[in-house]
Amino acid sequence: MTETELAILGLTPDEIKYARMFLGREPTQVEWAIIDAEWSEHCSYKSSKNLLKTLPTSGKRVLVGPGYDAGVLDVGGGYVVSMHIESHNHPSAVDPYGGAATGIGGVLRDILSMGTRPVALIDVLRFGNIDESAHSQWLFRNVVRGIADYGNCVGVPTVAGEVEFDESFERNCLVDVACVGVGRKEDLVLAEARDPGDMVVIAGGSTGRDGIRGATFASKNLAKNAESERSSVQVPDPFMKKLLLDSILEALRTGEIKGMKDLGGGGLSSALSEMASKGGTGIEIDLKRLSLREPDVTPVEAMISESQERMLLVLGEDKSEKTLRILRKYEVPVAIIGSVTNDGRITVKSGRTVVASLPADFLAKAPLFPRQESAPMPKRTTAVEPGGPADLSKVLLNLLSSPNIGSRRWIYEQYDHEVGVRTVLKPGQADSSVLKLPNGKFLAVKADGNSKISSLDPYNGAAGCVAEACRNVVAVGAEPLALVDHLQFGDPGDPQVYWSFAESVRGIADYCRGIGVPVVGGKVSFYNQDEHTQKPIRPSPIALVTGLINDQRHIASPSLKNEGDVLFIIGRTRLELGGSEYYDRILGCSTGRAPTARPEEDLETNSLVLRLIRAGLTTSVHDCSRGGIGLGLAEMCIPAHRGAKVDLREAPMDPMSPAALLFSESHGRFVASIRPGKALEAEGVMTDGKVPHARIGTVGGRELAVSLGGRNLVLLSTNEMAKAWESSIPRALGESV
Amino acid sequence: MNIAVIRFPGSNCDLDVVAALRATKGLKTKLVWHESGDLRDFDALVLPGGFSFGDYLRAGAIAARSPAIARIRRLAEKGIPVLGVCNGFQILVEAGLLPGSLLRNSGLKFVCKWVTLRVENNRTPFTRESKHGELLRLPIAHNEGRVFLPEDELAALKRTGRIVFRYTDDTGEPSARANPNGSQENIAAICNEDGNVLGMMPHPERAADPILDPEGRSDGISIFSSLAGLDRSGN
Repeated sequence: MTETELAILGLTPDEIKYARMFLGREPTQVEWAIIDAEWSEHCSYKSSKNLLKTLPTSGKRVLVGPGYDAGVLDVGGGYVVSMHIESHNHPSAVDPYGGAATGIGGVLRDILSMGTRPVALIDVLRFGNIDESAHSQWLFRNVVRGIADYGNCVGVPTVAGEVEFDESFERNCLVDVACVGVGRKEDLVLAEARDPGDMVVIAGGSTGRDGIRGATFASKNLAKNAESERSSVQVPDPFMKKLLLDSILEALRTGEIKGMKDLGGGGLSSALSEMASKGGTGIEIDLKRLSLREPDVTPVEAMISESQERMLLVLGEDKSEKTLRILRKYEVPVAIIGSVTNDGRITVKSGRTVVASLPADFLAKAPLFPRQESAPMPKRTTAVEPGGPADLSKVLLNLLSSPNIGSRRWIYEQYDHEVGVRTVLKPGQADSSVLKLPNGKFLAVKADGNSKISSLDPYNGAAGCVAEACRNVVAVGAEPLALVDHLQFGDPGDPQVYWSFAESVRGIADYCRGIGVPVVGGKVSFYNQDEHTQKPIRPSPIALVTGLINDQRHIASPSLKNEGDVLFIIGRTRLELGGSEYYDRILGCSTGRAPTARPEEDLETNSLVLRLIRAGLTTSVHDCSRGGIGLGLAEMCIPAHRGAKVDLREAPMDPMSPAALLFSESHGRFVASIRPGKALEAEGVMTDGKVPHARIGTVGGRELAVSLGGRNLVLLSTNEMAKAWESSIPRALGESV
Repeated sequence: MNIAVIRFPGSNCDLDVVAALRATKGLKTKLVWHESGDLRDFDALVLPGGFSFGDYLRAGAIAARSPAIARIRRLAEKGIPVLGVCNGFQILVEAGLLPGSLLRNSGLKFVCKWVTLRVENNRTPFTRESKHGELLRLPIAHNEGRVFLPEDELAALKRTGRIVFRYTDDTGEPSARANPNGSQENIAAICNEDGNVLGMMPHPERAADPILDPEGRSDGISIFSSLAGLDRSGN
C-alpha cells in the first residue's frame, strides 16, 4: 500500500516503520487493515497502558482482573459477579439511537464472554445543556430510547445510572453502558485459545459492512462532517442478541465451550489475535466459511467489520455436538471458520489463498505511544467566598429543578428495571440499586462522575467519583467490593488533555489503594473532541462500584420513615464549592476549591455508617453529594412527603457562610435518621470513633425547615420541593409531568 | 396442578414466571420450548412476557402464527386455564383468543412502573382468591399496552363482565391520571367468554416476593395460588 493510503488508516509513521521492520517485508493490504484495527487506541490502549498499570487490581475476591472482557469477583457460595463498562460515544454522537443500542450490545457480550449471565445494565450519560440546546435534547431523547428498545428487548434490566448536562458535551455526548453479570464459578470461561486442533466458531449474526473501521473511527476526533461516518455505526439486532444470550447460557452448562470472546471493537482482527496471544497459540481461518450478509464483502472488510451479535467460540474438535445442537435449536447461525494452531500466527485464508499471516503477539502487543503531559497554569482561586442570593429557600428550589439534580424518572421509567426478578431497590428509590443474588446475598450497584469538578482538579475529580460511588453503595448498607472505571478525555496528543488523564489515573490509583477497593477493569476513550471547534470535552472519569450486603435486614434507603426520628450528620463540611452545582448554576462561578478526596477519612466514615446500619440503628441513610447537605435533606423528605426540622449549628464544619454550609459538596458525609429510643446508643457508636458527627434535628410535619443557630435558612413544603424535583427533565424537554 | 410455561424465542419473563410458580404451594411447573413437547399433560398454560420473535411486525404477531398456538387454542377450547402476561397477552390477542387489540401507549414511550389495579371479576381461575373490588399493586413494563376495542365489542365485554382488572388510583378510582397507557376505560386485563383465558398487561410474577415489592406486599401471588386450588377440570 502507498504511504497515502496508509495515512488514511489510523497508523502513525513510526508504527508503519516498526511494522515493516518487524516483519521484514511489506504487509499485504489485509494485513495492514488488521494491524490498523488492532493497534488503534481503542483496542491497544497504546497511550494509556503505562499509567493504567499503576492501578491496584488485586483483592481477596478478585478472580479475573483487567485485561479480559470483564472483571470477575468471588461472592461466595460458588457464585461469581462480573462487571464491565463500555462507551459508544462517537457512534452515539452521529446516530444516537443506533449508537446507544449497539453500545449495550457490546457490553452484554463482554459479560457473556466470561460465561456469566448479564443481570443488570447501568447507563451513564452526558449531554449538552438540554434547557437550551435542541440538538442536545434530540441526542438525549434518542439515546434513552435506543437503550430502552435494546435493553428491554434482550430482557436485561437497566437498574441504575447517572446523567450530567454540561455545555462541553454539546457535540460530543458521552454514552457509557456498564453491565453486571452473575454466574457459577465452575462455568467461568476465558478469552483464550489454548489447545491446538480445537475448532474456532462464530455464532450469531452474519458479517456485513456495518461498523467498518469502528475502532479507528473511535480513535480520532469527531470530524466536522461526522454525520457522513454513519456507516461506522453498527446495526443493532436485539432479538438476535437475545437468542445468542439464551443459547450460549444454555450451552455453557455442557462444559464444551473452552474459550470465548465477543466480536467487538476491531472485529475478527482483534478477537483472533487476542485469543491466540493469551493462549500462546495461533489461529488459522478461512474467510470463505464466514456467513456474510452481502455477497461481495472483501477480505479487508470481513476482518475489520464490527457487525453486531457475533461471538467467537473455541470448541474441542470432537466435543462440540451438544453446543452446536443448542445453537441450532435457537436458530442461531453457526460457522466453523477455522482452528487453533501451534505456530503462534494469525493466518487468514480466502479459500486456498493466504491473504494474511502475522504473529499473534506482534498484533496483540502494539508499540506503546508515549505521550507528553503538561499541567495548565493553575487557575487563581479567590480566598474570599463570592456573595450569593439571600433567599436560600429559592436557591434550594432552583437546585432541585436543575436537570443535573432533579428526578431521573423520565429516563428510568422507559427502562424495564424489573425483569429477572432481582431488583430489590429500584432506580429512584435509593443511592444505589440493589439486586438479589442467587447465594442469598445482595449486590449494590452505582456509577458516578462529575465533570465540573474534574475540569477544575482532575486528580481529586477522579478520586472523588470513586469516593462518591463508594459512599452510594455504603448508604444502602453494602461493603464496597470492586470498581471498573471509564476514563473519557479529548485528544491525547494535547499535553494538557493528557495531563488531565494522567492526574485522573493517579487520583483513582491513590484513592483505591487508600480504601482497599480493587480496580478490576475499565475502558479509556480519547478523542472526545470536536475537530471543528477544537474543544475537548471536560475530563469525564466515571466509576462503577459494586458492593455486597450479606443480610436483607441491612438494606438501607434514604426516604424518611417515621415521625420523631432523630437526624444526625456524619462527616465534616469544608469550604469546597469549586465545581459545585451551587457555584455553577446559581453563581455562574467556575473557580473555587474542588472537594478533596480523603481515602483514610472516608474509610473510617464508611465503616462507621455500615456499623450503624448493621446494628439496626438507622431508619434511613443518605449521602451528601451534588447540592450538599441542603439537597441531601430535601431528597430524604421528598419520597415519603415527610418533613424535618433541622438546626445545623452543631454540624462539624470549617468556618463558612450559611449558603456554603448548605451547598458545599465535600466528600465523606452522610445524613442518617435514628429512632428516638436508639439515639443514645447510636451516639455511643459514633463517639467510639474519630468521625465528626452531630445531632441536627428531628423528622416530622410536611415541611423542611433548616436553621443555623436559630436563624432560619430554608423553609419549604415537601410538595413544592417534590414539584421542582419531579419536573426538571420533563420541563427542559417541553413535556408535562 | 401441573403448569407449562411456554417459551418462545425472545421470551424474557419465562424464568421469572417459573420461579413464581415454583414458589407457590401445590403447583408443579415446566418450561416448554414452543416447538417441542406435548402440552396435553398440563392443567394450565402460561404465556410469559418478553419480545417473542423480537416483536418484529407487531408485538406478538409472529408468535401468534407459530405452530404452538394451534395446540394452545385446542386446549383453551377445552377449558384449560391459559394466562397471557404482557407479551403473552399481546400474543393471545393477535391469535384471536382474546378480542380487541393492544396499541402503542398513548405517551408513545415504554412505561415501567408500579400501578394499582382493581379486581373487576373474581370468577376466573386466576382471580378466585381475590375479592371483587380489591386493590392490588403490580408493576407494568410495556410499550404496546393500550387496550382498544370497537364500541360494540367493548359494550359486550362490559355486559358479560369480562373486564378483569382496571387501573385505578389508590382509592380505587379508575381516573385518567391512574391510566398508564391510555387503555379504554382503564382496562388492564380481560378474559374470554368462558373465563378460562386471561390476558393481563401487569406482571404478577414480579410481585410474588415481598422483597421485590416497594411496599413489601406480594399481591401477584394470588394470581398463581388461585390456580393451585383448582381441580383438574378447571373448576
